[in-house]
Amino acid sequence: MLAGTIIYALINSAILAMIAMGFNLTFGISGVANFAYGAFYVLAAYGVWILIHMAGLPYAAAVVISIGLTTLAGALMYRLVLIRVKGQALSEVIATFGIGLVILELFRYLGFVGFEYTLPVLSDKSLIIAGTYVDMQRILIVVLTAALVSGLWLFTHHTSLGLAFRGIAQDERTALTFGMDPDRIATLAVSIGAALAAVAAVIIVPLGSISPEEGYDVLIKALAVCIIGGLGSTGGVILASFLIGFAERFTDSYIGSHWTMIVSLAALLAVLVLKPSGLFGKQKELEERI
Amino acid sequence: MKKRKERIDRGIRARSQDIFVLCSWREMLYLAGPRLLPIAVCLLLPLVLDTYWQKVLLSVAVFALLAISWDILAQSGMVSLGQALFFGCGAYSAGAMNHYWGLSPLLTIPLAAVCGGTISTLLLLPVLRLRGIYFSMVTLILPLMLVRVIEATKIFGGTEGLSGMQPLPSVWFELYLIVTVMLVALFGLRRLLDSDYGLVLKGINDNDRAVINAGINIYWFKAQALFIAAGIAAFSGAFMTHVYMFVGMPVFALDYSILPIAAVVVGGPGTLAGAFTGAFILVPLSELLRGIGGLRIVFYGLFLVVCIVALPEGLFHYIQRKYHQFERWVEVDA
Amino acid sequence: MSATALLEAVDLSKRFGGVRALSKVSFKLGKGKLLGVIGPNGSGKTTLVNAITCFVRPSSGKVLFKGRPIQHLPPYKIVRLGIARTFQMVRPFYQLPAFKNMIIPLFSPRLKGLPGGRYGDRDAKALDLLEEVGFERDAHVAYKLAGALPQGYLKRLELAKAIALEPEMVILDELFSGLSLAEVASILPIIEKMRHQGKTIIMIEHRLKELFRIADRVMVMNFGQKIAEGSPQDVMQNESVKSAYLGNEREDGV
Repeated sequence: MLAGTIIYALINSAILAMIAMGFNLTFGISGVANFAYGAFYVLAAYGVWILIHMAGLPYAAAVVISIGLTTLAGALMYRLVLIRVKGQALSEVIATFGIGLVILELFRYLGFVGFEYTLPVLSDKSLIIAGTYVDMQRILIVVLTAALVSGLWLFTHHTSLGLAFRGIAQDERTALTFGMDPDRIATLAVSIGAALAAVAAVIIVPLGSISPEEGYDVLIKALAVCIIGGLGSTGGVILASFLIGFAERFTDSYIGSHWTMIVSLAALLAVLVLKPSGLFGKQKELEERI
Repeated sequence: MKKRKERIDRGIRARSQDIFVLCSWREMLYLAGPRLLPIAVCLLLPLVLDTYWQKVLLSVAVFALLAISWDILAQSGMVSLGQALFFGCGAYSAGAMNHYWGLSPLLTIPLAAVCGGTISTLLLLPVLRLRGIYFSMVTLILPLMLVRVIEATKIFGGTEGLSGMQPLPSVWFELYLIVTVMLVALFGLRRLLDSDYGLVLKGINDNDRAVINAGINIYWFKAQALFIAAGIAAFSGAFMTHVYMFVGMPVFALDYSILPIAAVVVGGPGTLAGAFTGAFILVPLSELLRGIGGLRIVFYGLFLVVCIVALPEGLFHYIQRKYHQFERWVEVDA
Repeated sequence: MSATALLEAVDLSKRFGGVRALSKVSFKLGKGKLLGVIGPNGSGKTTLVNAITCFVRPSSGKVLFKGRPIQHLPPYKIVRLGIARTFQMVRPFYQLPAFKNMIIPLFSPRLKGLPGGRYGDRDAKALDLLEEVGFERDAHVAYKLAGALPQGYLKRLELAKAIALEPEMVILDELFSGLSLAEVASILPIIEKMRHQGKTIIMIEHRLKELFRIADRVMVMNFGQKIAEGSPQDVMQNESVKSAYLGNEREDGV
């Protein structure tokens, strides 16, 4: 039982990390808290479904197009809306929140709710690891998350664009003096965040079914992981994913599935009381602003 | 010949700016009118509306309180995405006090307002020191998390909630209580925000370094603003518990978080009157649109985005401007 | 002759990541004295002020005010103890009239504990204070929006905000920067008056001529360290000070 719990805890952590990655990246680079993140996730999932079932496209094509469209949606959201309210924190939050709301509730209204809305898994097979059945999809999630994290690390450490992102994340004003266009970087940041949400959706949604409710769930999870791990810190997000993933899974196995949400809530409150800026958070209260 | 638009204060406004306004009934009416009109309307409406629209008025007042509460927070630099948190805390406090201890609604409602306000403030205290975005995030997820906790642990009645609360003495009592509280909150808090205390709060929002430099503990002030706003929202939650005679998970629903924001954005942030105006417009509107079901929230969302981007000043500011100033085209010298 | 200094800094250091903004700076300041702090840009003068007033937590070292350590206190408490400061980058509340800008300092709990209590009519007190720093009452300058005022008046406003707190010690961070000679000449008497009232003053300045006229002692900083301290005349003759400001003479006469 222990081995099984550990394995599923690992998978749970990978899922959380995958979900939180995009939100964290967008915020870390451009300071935009994208409250429409959950909506993008759901948008990508429904996109694939629609392309497969209504346009008759093959799975691979549907996935690629849907991810592309979601990325485009992110870029458009920045270019059309966010750019006009740049710098006003109040308006930014409300704007992204409103857009997320519109997308999710539109899907709900149009009736996209039900068990038939599922995405196909990439493989039907399952393996036996340490005496537990693990389906291929879940293994794929872990593998993909690891690949994504390493890919992102390589990107931000070895490509010029990635280094530009890190520069802006560390100190925006200095980075700007090097001639980087803040709008372009922000558009990219929001788009990449949306793309990551789409990728996460494509591989995680097959585990269950799509519903607009998922959008809010994903947003909550991403927010909780980022708050606990520290907004803007990739290491923090990964650590937090592991902490919450394992805590949830072990609570589920040994105490009872009702308590998992309480554990998450308790973890959140504990972090807020002990280290409000998150485990690896770099939010300094006053020093930065003098 | 080029022209430009010029805005000038109306004569009557200029004349009513100082003490000599007391010499003329017209000028006094100019000043008092905008204040007396909503009071009169609100106090007379319950008498002329039928039962259905009386319930709508109840709703309007509740959401007006939530919107006012949101506006106070926004002016102090805190953007709340979870008015439902305060609403729900108040609702459950009142429900619990009535259900488990049998206290009368006349006691539970004020107590729950304080209790709900305190709990919410304590929950949010740690994030007051951080950047504003943390406040928004935590207010968003706390109600959603609390719902799931209640569902899982089945406390306070779990998914079924607590029912069989004591009602308030009469429908008239309900209506006039909430309308009076709403008006008192509106005018009282406007007064507060216009005073020096309010200036400190707005100062914290604008340039907190300067306020710290004056020896003022900004976190204490923010906590006070939070408590006031949370208390008001908790009051409306407690009130509704006794109107419906039921409290359950729906009190933490997103609806209670979103509509107040939409109301303030439409009415105009920064003056509590805008929140009030917005609520008066959106709640009846949403009743009329009941037919289209879920599309309502889609509209709110669209409304929100369009208003915040294109018309940030809001309806109330627009009306106020028209009331105080007039515009005309003047020639521009080359 | 004062026995204990009003303010004492002991080995104050501050690192920002890899940068040593302050390196073991120590000094004592007696009550009623005026200390000038000078040095090239980036020498750590503003960091020193931030460290003393705890807007920035020192990495090591102590700050003693009236003999008691204060380096661990939050900045608002330090203001309440009686230390007021101005900021180099003046940022008033642009949308408010000048006198409304004064309301916030007048609201300070610091004033509660002093004889006279909190002011009932802060507007009147604000206008009085502004008149003291040179806002002409007849011209109703105090009623103008802060955003419409030129730099000279903004600096006076900043000074007034510090005076409003009735402090024992005032730290002025480059108050004269950006001002014309005439404006500096008109503000100097206000500072003189503060000295006569017994306030202890620290002034960070680049305008050496004016500073040397009123300072009791001058401290020179460079690269986060104190490189000289003494009377204005002594400091002017000091070799290391000269080389800090002017650089070293090159042998080949270039």
